[in-house]
Amino acid sequence: MAARPRRNTTNAMLAEKAKMIRRETVKLTDICGSGHYGSAFSMAELVAALYYEFLHVRPEEPLWADRDRFTMGKGHAAIGHFPVLADLGFFSWEELYTYTRLGSPFGDHPDMRKVKGADFSSGSIGHNLSVSVGMALGLRLRGSPARVVCLMGDGEQAEGQVWEAAMSAAHWRLAGLVGIVDINAVGSDGAVAETMNNEPLHEKWAAFGWRVRRIDGHDLDAVCDALDWALNRAEDRPSVILADTIAGKGVSFMERTWQWHLGFLGPEDRDRALAEIEKGLA
Amino acid sequence: MSTTAATPPGASASPSGRAAYAAIRNPAVDMSESTVRPGFDPASWDMVGSLNLSLQLPTGQVLIELADAGRDDIVVCTADLGRPTQVINFGRRFPHRYFNFGIAERNMIGAAAGLATTGFTPFISNYSFFLALMGAENIRNDLAYTNLRVRMVGTHSGIAMGFYGTSHHCCEDIGLLRAIANLVVMAPCDANAIRAALPAMLDHDGPVYFRCGRGREAPVYDAPPAWRLGGSTMLRDGRHATLFAIGTLVKAGLDAHEILAREGISLRVVDLYSIKPIDRSAILAAAKEHGVLFTGEEHNVVSGLGSAVAEVLAEAGAGARLVRIGLDDQYSILGPPTHLYRHYGLDGEGVAAKVKAALGKAG
Repeated sequence: MAARPRRNTTNAMLAEKAKMIRRETVKLTDICGSGHYGSAFSMAELVAALYYEFLHVRPEEPLWADRDRFTMGKGHAAIGHFPVLADLGFFSWEELYTYTRLGSPFGDHPDMRKVKGADFSSGSIGHNLSVSVGMALGLRLRGSPARVVCLMGDGEQAEGQVWEAAMSAAHWRLAGLVGIVDINAVGSDGAVAETMNNEPLHEKWAAFGWRVRRIDGHDLDAVCDALDWALNRAEDRPSVILADTIAGKGVSFMERTWQWHLGFLGPEDRDRALAEIEKGLA
Repeated sequence: MSTTAATPPGASASPSGRAAYAAIRNPAVDMSESTVRPGFDPASWDMVGSLNLSLQLPTGQVLIELADAGRDDIVVCTADLGRPTQVINFGRRFPHRYFNFGIAERNMIGAAAGLATTGFTPFISNYSFFLALMGAENIRNDLAYTNLRVRMVGTHSGIAMGFYGTSHHCCEDIGLLRAIANLVVMAPCDANAIRAALPAMLDHDGPVYFRCGRGREAPVYDAPPAWRLGGSTMLRDGRHATLFAIGTLVKAGLDAHEILAREGISLRVVDLYSIKPIDRSAILAAAKEHGVLFTGEEHNVVSGLGSAVAEVLAEAGAGARLVRIGLDDQYSILGPPTHLYRHYGLDGEGVAAKVKAALGKAG
């Protein structure tokens, strides 16, 4: 299937933004000595496509009532979200580089009261799809055209609250709500499938009444096509994109390993990682 | 009152249902201490009908009045408890602003937070034990950490659910929730207190938890009282001791005041409805005037109102003795609520006895 025409971006532009996400994740981790590399790298293409091609936001007016909302179910990957917000101008790079320092607005998990552009606080897995349901209900009640996107992890699918939220979103036919599951297959303790298998996810979400698409989350054509399907061609119920990704994607020695779910690169490995990131995805 | 035996609703009522119906119709069964006797409809023996007895839970009516007065931002959330917590009337009036989440409290709390971010003022109306105990982490992360304008009305608190058992008792919510920063914790003790509290806190810039009763308790106020953040209401002045009470213990305190007055003991009774923030000046004034203070609550004495008062006294070096009346770090046995109040000394006589004993010991 041919990719649909883009409004704002090309694959080359989005690939550069994904590189930026990975590069800045490494730099920010350098500041604090620990970071969720794997989760930030796996979502890089998804977040780049969302912000630069699809979401309607106003960096100069962060609380614009009709902005599209983006919530981080997987709040531990905020380190890969903040650089996008800085790049768009929600705050300066200088501010971002206070990351994790005493009193900084920016920590490992996002605080909506401190980080402009962060639509909700996060860090406790499984909360934000519920919050997004409430946002979608409120926006619909206000007659706003704004949409709500909640990015979840695949480990997050083990939280019962996710399914409470899924049930309610379908019950209320929240067409303006989009879930994305970043299926990087890795959790804190190892492979998600070994820790607590959550498959078949497609059947589960479909059974809960959602439109479902499963894609390669690093293929920018597939990502953009799925987001267009979910956001611009919504029907009468919520949509979920199941994005198969690779934890640590973009740095060969970090890919697919739970060891890099959370960690710190020494100087040599950091330089190797940055060099690989600049080469881009194969 | 008619003595004609009426058929219970539902032609195929189960034998146990019929037996229960027969029992309540049986004059040999002593209903004198039942909380549902006054006004109980013997013809229907109907849960929905019996909810009309919950006269002290006017949440839905108060919110309808506020909405009618132009507050289009008010929305109501519940988790399959719109009837017993008395907000279903709001749903009938404003169906698009009424969200019943089914039995999914955590989802409800998160969605209320989401609604608040889009400019609405959500009121969650639910049983306190499911809302506050199950939902504590969601309340903390989604409502309080984010400082959103969500109001929670936690009903049926304490041991008001009686024989429904420990899962339906809530003697820990004050302790859990007053540990959460940004969260205001208040306890309206009757319908008029709720009528005062909800409008007074409507525009408070942050989350509020209202700890309410089952709605069948005896009223305290004839009209909505003054209500403010960190406030309290002195209902009776007294020369010998002060009782700071919330919930059903306010009425028990008033009863104790009368009992003690007959014996020459003068008890000040204060409705300390604002648990967090708390009225330090009322506490310290009482400590200065009286050597012995009492707190009364349907809550574990560990971490509840008594602990909050103790913190104020200790930090101020006030030196007054404090007697905490409540559940003494144990789960309540089950039984009809009024029987439980008597059993644990949480009625007027029980409070009076504790005051007398403490004053006697204090010399």
